[in-house]
Amino acid sequence: MRTFGYAPADDVASAVSLLATAPGGTYLAGGTNLVDLMKLGVATPDVLVDINRLPLHEVTRLPGGGLRIGAGVRNSELAAHPEVRRSYPVLSQALLAGASGQLRNMATTGGNLLQRTRCRYFMDATKPCNKRAPGSGCPARTGDHRNLAVLGASEHCVATHPSDMAVALAALGATVRVAGPDGERDIPVTELHRLPGDTPQVDTVLRHGELITSVDLPELEVARVSAYRKARDRASYAFAVGSVAAAVHAEDGVVHDVRLAFGAVAHRPWRAYAAEQALLGRPATRDSFLAAADAELAAAEPLRDNAFKVTLIRNLVAATLARLTGAGR
Amino acid sequence: MTAVTERAVGAPLGRIEGPAKVTGAARYAAEYPVENLAHAWVIQSPVARGTLDGVVVDPTTEDKDLLAVLWHGNAPRLEESDDPELAVLQSARISYRGQALALVVARTPEAARRAAQVIRLEITEEPHDALLTADHPGLYTPEQVNPAFPAVTESGDVAGAFAAAPVTVDVTYRTPALHNNPMEPHATIAVWSGDDLVLYDSNQHPPGVAAAVGAVLGLPAERVHVITEHVGGGFGSKGTARPNAVLAALGARVVGRPVKLVLPRQALFSMVGYRTPTIQRIRLAAERDGTLTAIDHEAVEQTSRLYEFAEQTTVATRHMYAAPHRRTGHRLVRLDVPTPRWMRAPGEAPGMLGLECAMDELAERLGLDPIELRVRNEPRVEPESGVPFSSRHYLDCLREGAERFGWADRDPQPRRRREGAWWVGTGVAGATYPTMAQPSTARVRALPDGRYEVAVAATDIGTGARTILTQIAADELGVGVGRVHVRIGDSTLPMASVAGGSSGSASWGWAVTGACRALRESGSEEAVYDSTEEVQRQEKEGKHAYGAHFAEVRVDADTGEVRVSRLFGMYAVGRVLNPRTARSQFISGMTMGLGMALHEEGVLDPATGDWVNHDLAEYHVPAHADVESIEADWLDERDRAVNPMGSKGIGEIGIVGSPAAIVNAVWHATGVRVRDLPVRLDKLLPHLG
Repeated sequence: MRTFGYAPADDVASAVSLLATAPGGTYLAGGTNLVDLMKLGVATPDVLVDINRLPLHEVTRLPGGGLRIGAGVRNSELAAHPEVRRSYPVLSQALLAGASGQLRNMATTGGNLLQRTRCRYFMDATKPCNKRAPGSGCPARTGDHRNLAVLGASEHCVATHPSDMAVALAALGATVRVAGPDGERDIPVTELHRLPGDTPQVDTVLRHGELITSVDLPELEVARVSAYRKARDRASYAFAVGSVAAAVHAEDGVVHDVRLAFGAVAHRPWRAYAAEQALLGRPATRDSFLAAADAELAAAEPLRDNAFKVTLIRNLVAATLARLTGAGR
Repeated sequence: MTAVTERAVGAPLGRIEGPAKVTGAARYAAEYPVENLAHAWVIQSPVARGTLDGVVVDPTTEDKDLLAVLWHGNAPRLEESDDPELAVLQSARISYRGQALALVVARTPEAARRAAQVIRLEITEEPHDALLTADHPGLYTPEQVNPAFPAVTESGDVAGAFAAAPVTVDVTYRTPALHNNPMEPHATIAVWSGDDLVLYDSNQHPPGVAAAVGAVLGLPAERVHVITEHVGGGFGSKGTARPNAVLAALGARVVGRPVKLVLPRQALFSMVGYRTPTIQRIRLAAERDGTLTAIDHEAVEQTSRLYEFAEQTTVATRHMYAAPHRRTGHRLVRLDVPTPRWMRAPGEAPGMLGLECAMDELAERLGLDPIELRVRNEPRVEPESGVPFSSRHYLDCLREGAERFGWADRDPQPRRRREGAWWVGTGVAGATYPTMAQPSTARVRALPDGRYEVAVAATDIGTGARTILTQIAADELGVGVGRVHVRIGDSTLPMASVAGGSSGSASWGWAVTGACRALRESGSEEAVYDSTEEVQRQEKEGKHAYGAHFAEVRVDADTGEVRVSRLFGMYAVGRVLNPRTARSQFISGMTMGLGMALHEEGVLDPATGDWVNHDLAEYHVPAHADVESIEADWLDERDRAVNPMGSKGIGEIGIVGSPAAIVNAVWHATGVRVRDLPVRLDKLLPHLG
């Protein structure tokens, strides 16, 4: 671990201006991922702008409906928030499926979105990785990739985004509000994270110094019947091997509205638009659900050891939608 | 008021050091306050094979807090050692990725790490081979397997028996590399005082560490004082001195002040040993009634270029079941990999996975209940040695366990039981572990205040050894446990054997018993007893603990996720000295068995020759949520032949057979035989349809 500067900020404007003048710096929120990466020599910021004192710890109702989640709201608080549990169960479930109780007590909404891949080559500074050391190569493609991407990857990077929460936010169509040196802007959460392409070192569309201030959830009737289902190698404290966030409204056996997003399959939480399109107006049956999953997964390009993820996601889509619609097996 | 008439042995006495541990007062190796302490960091090899030609410290980055950078080009010369892993910083040769190549010593731990990040290694890399395969051209038969068993045994006409048998099973089971991962990492503080060396070191054998470190430094063992008051687990990885102890001593010698070295978690995967991966071919031949006619069990394993460690994977098969024709063997290949060593039940844990899963497959083929199959193949004497068992209540464990678990109504057909999204199944497997004792010496003193001090250079690595020795001494002295003070964890105390092979209580308890009896008989204020003669006189063969494990698992039909709803172990382990600490040993072994069955896997990347999942976030061990009910119980077994206490070792048997019970239950739930551990969802998913 190298020596670094530490600069606590008291408000958004000062945080942004502190980081704007520190090109090698980064924001520190819960630190649950960043501090690990610094210990491992994977992240080497020279300045940490501590944003924990910023007044971003509230969940408030938006005037036109929906919720505004302060970027500093802890994962455990958000998961337990009565309005989240009532109106967006998929989000509460996704949060509780992630990490451990201790980590959720520290991890924040903004930080969770910006956590980095757990690709085992990225996490080890003694090995090549295009995301960590651009141009050094991607040993994962031929090496250990059982839990890496099947959708949207590139020859340069097959990393996955590890968040559970982000998958739920993608399904809900949340908006990320950002403050930066050039002012504020809104980014749909589905457009926050990039696909790796030939610049896998760039995770998101955020520019240096931009700070997530809140995540806005739209009022969304369909979200009231929603769920997050995470498949994993152990029952607790394990990243997803594959996950599905789903919200569905079916009436008289027909799908009227549906939201689907997949986790642990791509460089970003994967909103399954093709699957949603394939389901609208279709009968709420297991066969339709499987066909919808197939429509999305047709683009999958699995590697040697992760083709099972296609089957896994397909099954998770069918099982989760069947449960939400009462369609049975 | 002390009720001295009540026997302490057999009572569920809480751990003597429990309050100290939970309040943080108990000191582990790295926690001793030492004046003028410097801190060390190991630079590990980034290549699997090659030579280290130079170590360059860039003068522009040199840190005022940096004290020394040691490598083979400047480190003090060491004496020859039986263990080449202790010849640290002596050679340019790089034998595996992760090998210690240099030691940075600095005034602060931060400065040591900072310096390590900018030091440049000049390395000539050579092509490496780190992949174990069943047909590797480098495979050979070692002269013997750990610790001194013949590598191959054969009797009867195995080929003829297979040719003639109406029913056979021929299966290959694979177990991955497993990593011990004690909670407390390997750590040493080395303090020189003239030519005398004090090591605060986390290990399972203080006298052994004193002797081994002394040998490489050219010091007699008595000049090395090893203090090991508390140890946060070892599971075999601290059975002998590890490189950290020698590195700290070297660093301290060179900088002229005490040095602390704590290995980071990642280094534990390569520098301190692990369980070899195995590829086991098991062939069983049987009559239609289930009588085994032949058993053939061969294991393929790996070791490093540096040191031959040959795990005794198929040794348990030599005495588990009767069969007139039998063969067991081991083949090894030296690869450019870290050196494997002991990990909890080395040999028995992977070997009994293979054997007990193959037995389940045979039971299926015969249409016979798996317990009945085992009943029909119960040997009267040890099948290979012909020696009678000192006690063997294996079938009682199976029968009593079956009764408690609720085995009787089991439908033998697989893939029949469904609860919602879950397939449900049950499985059984046997367990065995050798009952051993090693020579030790104990001293007892009557103190002026009416208490007794019992001293033996044993270690309590979390097993409850300190507590049990207190109980044994109390009974032998005829006093309450409150009047016994046990001193352990110090190499200057009377010589004790290693906390390994599930033999600690037997070995140290034997010596403590002898010393206490000598004190009472002599009426003097101090007595010393050395058990060497008595232990060496003892018949070694035919002494084993037994058990039976039962598992109920659920497999999610959509995802292939496996959860264990019930895990139960029934044991026959002689006299249980302390039911509370014994239960912890059994359940912890079973938990580790659950990890072996479903979670644990050291993933070696052939391209780099390195473990890629080298931390506890990526190397999964079980969480509480992975098992709903885990319980252990035992039969009342009397065996006076094993040692004066009548106790058998219990530290390892819980991990033996419990993985097989789970794997067999997964088959019963799903109809899928997964023969490549761990059983994870991707191996089941394609077959769940």
